[in-house]
Amino acid sequence: MANKNVIYGINGPVVTVKNSTDFSMQEMVYVGNQKLIGEVIGIEEDTTTIQVYEETTGLSPRQPVISTKSPLSLTLGPGILTNIFDGIERPLRDIEKTSGAFMEKGSDIPALDLSKEWDVTVTAKVGDQLTGGSIYASCPETASIVHYIMVPPTLSGTVTFAADNGKYKVNDKILELTDQNGTVHPLTLCQRWPIRTPRPIANRLECTIPLITGQRVIDTMLPIAKGGTAAIPGGFGTGKTMTQHQLAKWCDADIIIYVGCGERGNEMTQVLDEFGDLIDPRTGKKLTDRTVLIANTSNMPVAAREASIYTGITLAEYYRDMGYDVAMMADSTSRWAEALREISGRLEEMPAEEGFPAYLPSRLSEFYERAGRVDTLCGKTGSVTVIGAVSPQGADFSEPVTQNTKRFTRCFWALDKSLAYARHYPAINWISSYSEYDIDLQRYFDENVDPNFMKCRSELIAILREENALMEIVKLIGEDVLPDDQKLVIEIARVIRVGFLQQNAYHKEDTYVPLKKQYKMMEIILYLYNIGKQLVTSGVPISKLVDKGLFDMLVKIKYEIENDHLEKFDQIKEQIDHAVTEIKSI
Amino acid sequence: MIIEHLGLSSISGSLVVLDNVLNASFEEMVELRLEDGSKRIGRIVQIDGQRVVIQVFEGTKGLSLVNTKTVLTGEPMKIALSREILGRIFNGVGTPIDGLGNIYPTARRNVNGSPINPVSREYPRNFIQTGISSIDCLTTLIRGQKLPIFSGSGMKHNELAVQIVRQAKIAGATDENFAVVFAAMGVKHDVADYFKRSFEEAGVLERVVMFLNLSDDPIIERIITPRCALTAAEYLAFTHNMHILVVMTDMTSYAEACREFSSSKGEIPGRKGYPGYLYSDLASLYERAGMIKGCSGSVTQLPILTMPNDDITHPVPDLTGYITEGQIVLDRQLDGVGVYPPVGILPSLSRLMKDGIGEGFTREDHSPLANQLFASYAKVQDARALASVIGEEELSAVDKKYIEFGKLFENRFLSQSPTESRSIEQTLDLGWELLSTLPKEELDRVDEKLLEQYYKPTNA
Repeated sequence: MANKNVIYGINGPVVTVKNSTDFSMQEMVYVGNQKLIGEVIGIEEDTTTIQVYEETTGLSPRQPVISTKSPLSLTLGPGILTNIFDGIERPLRDIEKTSGAFMEKGSDIPALDLSKEWDVTVTAKVGDQLTGGSIYASCPETASIVHYIMVPPTLSGTVTFAADNGKYKVNDKILELTDQNGTVHPLTLCQRWPIRTPRPIANRLECTIPLITGQRVIDTMLPIAKGGTAAIPGGFGTGKTMTQHQLAKWCDADIIIYVGCGERGNEMTQVLDEFGDLIDPRTGKKLTDRTVLIANTSNMPVAAREASIYTGITLAEYYRDMGYDVAMMADSTSRWAEALREISGRLEEMPAEEGFPAYLPSRLSEFYERAGRVDTLCGKTGSVTVIGAVSPQGADFSEPVTQNTKRFTRCFWALDKSLAYARHYPAINWISSYSEYDIDLQRYFDENVDPNFMKCRSELIAILREENALMEIVKLIGEDVLPDDQKLVIEIARVIRVGFLQQNAYHKEDTYVPLKKQYKMMEIILYLYNIGKQLVTSGVPISKLVDKGLFDMLVKIKYEIENDHLEKFDQIKEQIDHAVTEIKSI
Repeated sequence: MIIEHLGLSSISGSLVVLDNVLNASFEEMVELRLEDGSKRIGRIVQIDGQRVVIQVFEGTKGLSLVNTKTVLTGEPMKIALSREILGRIFNGVGTPIDGLGNIYPTARRNVNGSPINPVSREYPRNFIQTGISSIDCLTTLIRGQKLPIFSGSGMKHNELAVQIVRQAKIAGATDENFAVVFAAMGVKHDVADYFKRSFEEAGVLERVVMFLNLSDDPIIERIITPRCALTAAEYLAFTHNMHILVVMTDMTSYAEACREFSSSKGEIPGRKGYPGYLYSDLASLYERAGMIKGCSGSVTQLPILTMPNDDITHPVPDLTGYITEGQIVLDRQLDGVGVYPPVGILPSLSRLMKDGIGEGFTREDHSPLANQLFASYAKVQDARALASVIGEEELSAVDKKYIEFGKLFENRFLSQSPTESRSIEQTLDLGWELLSTLPKEELDRVDEKLLEQYYKPTNA
């Protein structure tokens, strides 16, 4: 009998079906003659509502809607890394091969390369008892990452067949697992997992290890932990994307999932171009070897944009389960929230603030709560760190997406328009930003960098706060009338701002700075500050110190001392001492 | 077999509703024939079973529930294209209005286009010299970029756009493969005439394709106008390998048309009454700029929008800024003191400039120089703010230098005649000359080597 479910109404990306009981919520369906991918998002007595992940132009009533009986899911297996997908895990490179430079509708291309053979080592033996999440095989996925093949979290049983080591394709049978009911489950190199369901874990751990990014303003002033969450809000042109790119390039995660959610096409091309040429400083291998890109540019269908965030986090969780530290960059979560609003509007739901649906906060918290550092089901430790850019309308941080994101993330890196206008990058405002991880991470810095690290950091913060207060006065009456000790604060704060916080992403040495150098830089700045304070109290005018060019020298150390020549800091110290003796001798 | 549907079920604003339609497809074009023989075209925007909602491009004036016959065309909106469109003038929906007859199409394209696969894009890196110092040096235009001009009513954005069109030199482009696509949305007759006249004077009229939807034309056509223009641009760029500069003015009128249309459909409004999908809608236009691998043509967009009340946080400039690769912001104050072009450089930005300048593109000192100019001009603003409180006399020596630098910068660097075209070398040298009026210690964005080569206080 022919399929009786047919399209009734069409309104943008929303399609309705009348009088059907065949569908369940969040089930994936194929819509129309071209088999466009859709998802059931509402079921009422007589109407089923479906959001379609592709352009709906050309759809007609009475075209078929085919149920798949499973929720929207991803194929997880080797071949994900180095790939670039759209919002629902369709490989863009393969789409290019079939449909050319302009994307066509209804392309049903498998997510992973089915013909590629992987060099598989099978670790499970016949008779082994395996539970959900345990590893039964592994294969090198790229030059730097080994892909562990795990039993799907919902399965467990006894191994009744195990293949030999060798070359296998993604869909080849590797293992047979017989569960307690006697049902035999053939396992391949891949598994499927619904994007909206978090993958299970053994238990959550405290976040006590920093995600080292090499960016001074982040690592030192506003650190983020592995497994943590951060929001980067900023108006257009303040450098959100630039900051995200820097983090994706340099942070010390094993795997990077970069989600371009409703952003510019050229930016994704840039990531593709640039990451292909860059070398991962830790492994010496290509940066693309640890990267997955999800590109759903702003002109691609809006429903797929809504899904792209979940696709990203599901991939991140999958690699976390293998015991990797994964960092996911989402640029930008505002576009995702707007996709929610757009679909909500089409459904004629009652809007809350600024037209956003009332469930915006719960969706945001569900998403950010999928981050964390955990014990995985296979007994390893892994983490998912989520860094979400937020694009507030009119750069107004009081709008709902920024405010709600603030509630569910623990780092807030606020990008500032006036800093960006003065080309101070990264334009993270050190006064209005915060990180709640500083206490959790104290022990790590004490043990691995220097016991004085946190002390120096708080001194730096104190100087910056004092400068901020002084600037209020300077704005009114000018700098000249300040007493010398306050002038010193202004001078040293300038060194901190220009020489420390400001970082040049295009400079060979400055684009990534190791923690040790960050500490040394802080130390030398504070050294000069303390000497300056002594001189000022003993009545030496501050102008004498300024004339020696010591402040300007410190501003330039970020370029002049190479990352692997930290002993040069001692020479700088000597120069300061030398200058001070000269001043005192006069 | 063609089915004619007699009459309409209801009419509201520019929307009409038709019942008992069996074979409608979403976004399909329809033809409405009136009793007097005239024809209007419309597009299906919503389907509910056998009931369809149609948006009528020329407006619903004169339509009644009984006097029309509606025919479904069976396909989405397409326009006829061929190389012969160069030099022609069309209305907002792509019908020729210059009296030279129809186009003999070699291709018919869907005006909605399709998104470019990010994998197939070529990252834009080629510098376009506009001959305007503020743009070339500080917000460099790159081939394949979308760089809007944020302006306000009464400022000289049209003059600036014309000057860019006249002077733009794309490395590797000859007159043969360079063309302009001009889309006017809701602009005044005078403005359209001004552009036409200017193109004529510049001798480029036969290389311009114009799509005109003037301010008294139906707003529904306005929603289609930029799509027609961009379809023509993509066709010329990617089928005929031409370099296309698309000038679209005024995007605010376009967004207002979207708002009017959305509210007549009864949709839930977002900020300031604009539809919630305005971002996606604008993106579907702006993202149609770029270059494609294996194709030598390019589409560069120069949209112009007027910020209502000069408010950059208004939804239209705000959403535009999030999609486009930077913006050129015109400043009312500079305009007031007679600086032309009145480019407010601090809020202006070109995101693609970093990869299209420097050695091999312009000159090795371009990027540090631009950074230094931005940083120094930002300090000028601080000095001025202070001067307005305590008076210029009381300022420190350094701050006085900044005030002086600010004046020079505005009068000599920003300001230039509408017919003056400066080469990039002239522009960069001028930048160094002005920076040389500041004390050397103040230049903290450039390294010693460059300072030695270019910092010449004696010349200042």
